[in-house]
Amino acid sequence: MNTITKAQIKGLQLEPNKAIDMKEIFFHLLFLSSAMVGVLSVCTIGWFVFNEGLPAISEAGVVEFITGKEWLPPALYGILPMIVASIISTTGAVIIGVPIAILTAVFLAEIAPKWLADIVRPAVELLAGIPSVVYGFFGLVIIVPAIETLFNIPAGNTILAGIIVLAIMILPTVITISETSIRALPPIYKEGALALGASHIYSVCKVLIPAAKSGILTAVALGVARAIGETMAIIMVMGNAPAMPGSLLEPARTLTANIAMEMSYATGVHASALYATGIVLLAFIVLLNGSLLYLNRKRAY
Amino acid sequence: MNKLAVSNLDLYYGENHALKDISINIPSRQVTALIGPSGCGKSTLLRTLNRMNDLVAGVKISGTVAFEGEDIYADIDVKQLRMRVGMVFQKPNPFPMSIYENIAFGLKAQGVKDKAVLDKVVEDSLRGAALWDEVKDRLNSPAFGLSGGQQQRLCIARAIAMEPEVILMDEPTSALDPIATHKIEELMDELRKKFTIVIVTHSMNQAKRISDRTAFFWMGELIEQGETHQVFNHPQDSRTRGYVSGEFG
Amino acid sequence: MSQYIDPKTSLARQRKDKLLYKAVWGAAAITILFLLWVVWHILSNGLSHVSWEFITGAYTRIGEASGIWAMIVSTIYMVLLSLAFAAPIGIMTAIYLTEYAKLGSKMVQVIRFCTESLAGIPSIVYGLFGMTFFVTTLGLGFSILSGALTLAMLILPVIIRTTEEALIAVSMSYREGGYALGCSKIYTIWRLILPSALPGIVTSIILSTGRVIGESAPVFLTAGMVTQIPESVLESGRTLTVHLYKLTQELFTQYEWDQAYATATVLIVLILFLNLATKVIATKLNKSA
Repeated sequence: MNTITKAQIKGLQLEPNKAIDMKEIFFHLLFLSSAMVGVLSVCTIGWFVFNEGLPAISEAGVVEFITGKEWLPPALYGILPMIVASIISTTGAVIIGVPIAILTAVFLAEIAPKWLADIVRPAVELLAGIPSVVYGFFGLVIIVPAIETLFNIPAGNTILAGIIVLAIMILPTVITISETSIRALPPIYKEGALALGASHIYSVCKVLIPAAKSGILTAVALGVARAIGETMAIIMVMGNAPAMPGSLLEPARTLTANIAMEMSYATGVHASALYATGIVLLAFIVLLNGSLLYLNRKRAY
Repeated sequence: MNKLAVSNLDLYYGENHALKDISINIPSRQVTALIGPSGCGKSTLLRTLNRMNDLVAGVKISGTVAFEGEDIYADIDVKQLRMRVGMVFQKPNPFPMSIYENIAFGLKAQGVKDKAVLDKVVEDSLRGAALWDEVKDRLNSPAFGLSGGQQQRLCIARAIAMEPEVILMDEPTSALDPIATHKIEELMDELRKKFTIVIVTHSMNQAKRISDRTAFFWMGELIEQGETHQVFNHPQDSRTRGYVSGEFG
Repeated sequence: MSQYIDPKTSLARQRKDKLLYKAVWGAAAITILFLLWVVWHILSNGLSHVSWEFITGAYTRIGEASGIWAMIVSTIYMVLLSLAFAAPIGIMTAIYLTEYAKLGSKMVQVIRFCTESLAGIPSIVYGLFGMTFFVTTLGLGFSILSGALTLAMLILPVIIRTTEEALIAVSMSYREGGYALGCSKIYTIWRLILPSALPGIVTSIILSTGRVIGESAPVFLTAGMVTQIPESVLESGRTLTVHLYKLTQELFTQYEWDQAYATATVLIVLILFLNLATKVIATKLNKSA
């Protein structure tokens, strides 16, 4: 074949690539530096929280700080009651809220007629958008008095009230993500089960839910994160006494409430101890995400 | 004079050796058809001619592709190359804007603002794509309102608005009905007077009807190339013979 | 049919199925009932106390005047200012991730890991950080600016993720079409990709607006609780949610109850309005597609 030499006609050559296209480079750098803001934010927050929180932990000692039962600033900094309160209120909310949420997700994805799902879905989204102080207010005026009369106790501001409010609050998160993951399944799963003569609901429960397990686990993890991170609603209904709760019908203070209630006036070691409370809270989130990763990875094998 | 010359081109998508030692010349102001079974590399080759493969991650290329005698894989301004080597895609891809804005888009991107110039180019391009009479009264309505065939002619008009020297067409009629296809084929007969056209087609009849030269690809190799009637009537290679006679593919 | 199928167990199975059906319907009913209960309880007790004077009036602590105008203004400032910080940065980050970064590169992994971590941090920790960093270290004081900067970090991951989804959803054919005409990358992004992704980007901004309106703990720790209309972003201001929280701390007279219900009503109506706005945009999006 004939090899071609440089075009003889002048002016037809392609221009060489401009060594530096300033405009493109400018925008590339602009976008890249924007992306760095998020990275920087995490690093700053992390650095600050640890830098401010470690003095208190080292002063009180890790074990004393985490297992101490007394929170009496500026003398004693033990946050075990708060850890217990956070764990109990979150666990309770999950026990009540998650089954309702998953079943509602199944309802939306599989059972409800289209017109009904089209009404319920926006309603769930609305539930997600309602500010937490409004839930707290609702808990304060409805749930707290209800607990007072039901159990005949003087003050209804209890862990139980917190659990119920949190259970309502995690519903939309768990419902939405579970429904999405059930819908994302290829139709062959359901068709396969139905083709064997299994009933619709049986196919959903025995085939679809297990198949969507990783998505549903993610949904639950996000629900747990919302419950453990919730602050205002909890402050409004749980009584906030920093003592070890003896039962669900006693007041308690969560880790988040501890920070929110005392941060505005705390100084010195006291402020540092609140940062340390934040570290413990972050540790829970890391633990949560870690176990989610582990559970979802295990499934892949 | 050859507009484009490909020599000893090898192309890899990651591990996949998609084009094997391809050498082909594309003569000026002729229609060159690339045919072959799907996955044979004909679209891949087309996309190396204006470096659209740059958009795909993990593509490796060796060999040369020369446009007007210059290696387009040297350190050249790709944007300028693409202005001179236009492209029409398999599925019509009008932009989400008016008919007028679609045609003017390429020029505006180069900073052409003069309304009179743009008006003239829009009209000329639409006439050139045999679409003017159908859309002249609704230039400002959305391009999505056009039929599939009209959309594809709009995309051709958008390409010729840049006054390219070459137009690459990647199965331009595969998403169209026979009547729309016929219109595009008629149009190509006009376009060949001004432009060098390279068309990928899966229809052998289309290649026979519209092209001057044909190249047959099979599994990433260029098996045979030549005058269209030669390739179809007197194929040299048994695989070409099998394909053009409809034995496989 | 298989000989192993025992009609009796089959019947038991059918009963179980019926029970399951009831559980699914029951769960959905509980969800809806709770929503209706919350919304109905607040609206029925609050709507009658929402008046023009209540919305546009001033607030004094002693209780002669209980208007929430200052809180509405503070909330609006907070929304606008935090979006002014977070929206450009979030959108540009999403552009970087979808259009510039190499898929799966180390850089992308780091950025994605960090934005996801940002999303996982409880909002109270943002408050803790914002109070120390913006309020004290940077010396911005308890101010709208401190609050907005804190909330901007909080909504950044929401904006990034939603915008990214909108950008990814833009048809590849637009990118190809733009590049095939010899357009530069930035021109293609600016003129083709961003306009197509606009409804998604607007949705992400509305979602973040809801988030800003709804947050309270990180807000009162950084923006304070002053009930005056802030005259500059360096002054403290009380948002609607913080106001509702403060009101619930002192519920003694019927008058105070009414105020709390009315404030909660305003918040719910706001959220209803925002949800409606996203629905309208979503329908528009479906129509044009």
